[in-house]
Amino acid sequence: MPVRQQGDIKIWKRRTGKRQLAIWFGQFIGVAIFVYCWQLVSEKTIWMFVTDAPRQAVDMMERMVPPKWGYMSTLWRPIWDTITIATLGTLMAVILAFPIAFLAARNTTPSSVFVRPFALFIIVASRSINSLLWALMLVMILGPGVFAGVLAIGFRSIGFCAKLLYEAIEEIDETQVEAVTATGASGLQVLNYGIVPQILPAFAGISVFRWDINIRESAILGLVGAGGIGLQLSSSIDTVTWTQVSVILLVILATVILSEWVSARVRHSII
Amino acid sequence: MDVNWTRVVAGVPRAERFLSSFFPPDFTSKSDAIWEGIIESLWMTVVSTVIGILLSIPVGLGAARNLSPRYVYLISRGILAVSRSFPEIIIALFAVKLFGFGPFAGIIALSIGSIGFYGKLLAEDIEDMDPVQAEAVKATGASWFQWLNYSVQPQVMPRMIGLAMYRFDINFRESAVLGIVGAGGIGATLLTSFDRYEFSTSAAILLIIISIVMVVEYSSGYVRKWVQ
Repeated sequence: MPVRQQGDIKIWKRRTGKRQLAIWFGQFIGVAIFVYCWQLVSEKTIWMFVTDAPRQAVDMMERMVPPKWGYMSTLWRPIWDTITIATLGTLMAVILAFPIAFLAARNTTPSSVFVRPFALFIIVASRSINSLLWALMLVMILGPGVFAGVLAIGFRSIGFCAKLLYEAIEEIDETQVEAVTATGASGLQVLNYGIVPQILPAFAGISVFRWDINIRESAILGLVGAGGIGLQLSSSIDTVTWTQVSVILLVILATVILSEWVSARVRHSII
Repeated sequence: MDVNWTRVVAGVPRAERFLSSFFPPDFTSKSDAIWEGIIESLWMTVVSTVIGILLSIPVGLGAARNLSPRYVYLISRGILAVSRSFPEIIIALFAVKLFGFGPFAGIIALSIGSIGFYGKLLAEDIEDMDPVQAEAVKATGASWFQWLNYSVQPQVMPRMIGLAMYRFDINFRESAVLGIVGAGGIGATLLTSFDRYEFSTSAAILLIIISIVMVVEYSSGYVRKWVQ
């Protein structure tokens, strides 16, 4: 702890002068970047629209009430589709992520020079392309519908599941693996009896967690025509039937809260 | 689920053609538009991450059970729950209606998304902190802000800086799709290239997005190590 003498009084400082200056300089750079970016924002913004927004918002709210509950009867099918897309997509992702995670984990990969970078690239590529972009591409190939949605959710989730899973594999207890190896077990048997039981709880937790996220993601896939409730949302907004929009928003909110509750309960009982 | 298998089979040669038209990625012919879109996405990300985090600090403090009175806790948790349940793109859809087309709507959407994410994690981190240190600072007669600054902030700071980097990464990835509903960023460029069937340009954009995300991810690991 640096001390500065000032007459008879010793003043305690948390950091040395140089370090404090460096931190201040870093903060200054950060603020400068933010101000510069903000300037770019304000160049591209029509401020009249922004100042007008509160009035518009009030106007929109007024048109949203009362929600048109009769519209619910046509919504059951899209809700079911949304849940199906999320569930099947998660299932597909989990099945594909399992081997990829083993190839990507430092302690189980067959070759850390050739196979591991490839597996990591799959993980990053799948994670950085949003499910909406996957859906956009898949709708072009497969045509609009639920199937494109399932694949989009699946492709997007592989990276997420595989990343969390390979981190879990890297953190396993090596002594158990060693014990199983010492019995003369083959590679596959070591995998089955030494590693899999250790990561199974994490695996189940990750799948349920991803399913919960996927419910939210599949609610918007309809915007690009890949099935689910998003289709109804975008068509209701396009035809400015705000009373239907509010029903759909409430339905999405309820589904999300329900799925979050289910996933929290399941994870709680697993871990 | 009814899959139209004939349509899927018809899609196979189309997929081949589609994928082959991705190669080779074309970085040059539309480089101006790509560059502009990437830069726009980046500054949208910076501004929305900063605004989102600044706004989420009071909400996060309010949502920590050991810090705030019950009614503040309930209100803050409500704000977090609502902002977390709607995907950014739906918020963007409404922001575009309210603020007009362009990056400002995207910034609003990303900021609201960041509040839900960051506020929740901040609140949970504060709830998990070590109460002994907080008590020690309080015993010195510190005011509420001093108490916050010297006992709570140092405990949650390292993890929060890591999470800020992570949220930056998420916001950048999200900003790549906000263009689909007209909220600016590289997504708009990407969508245009899809609509014009210039798939080699789309491939180039996707590769750039992937590489930027990779860079952010690696550097966030270093920053986190350096902070701790």
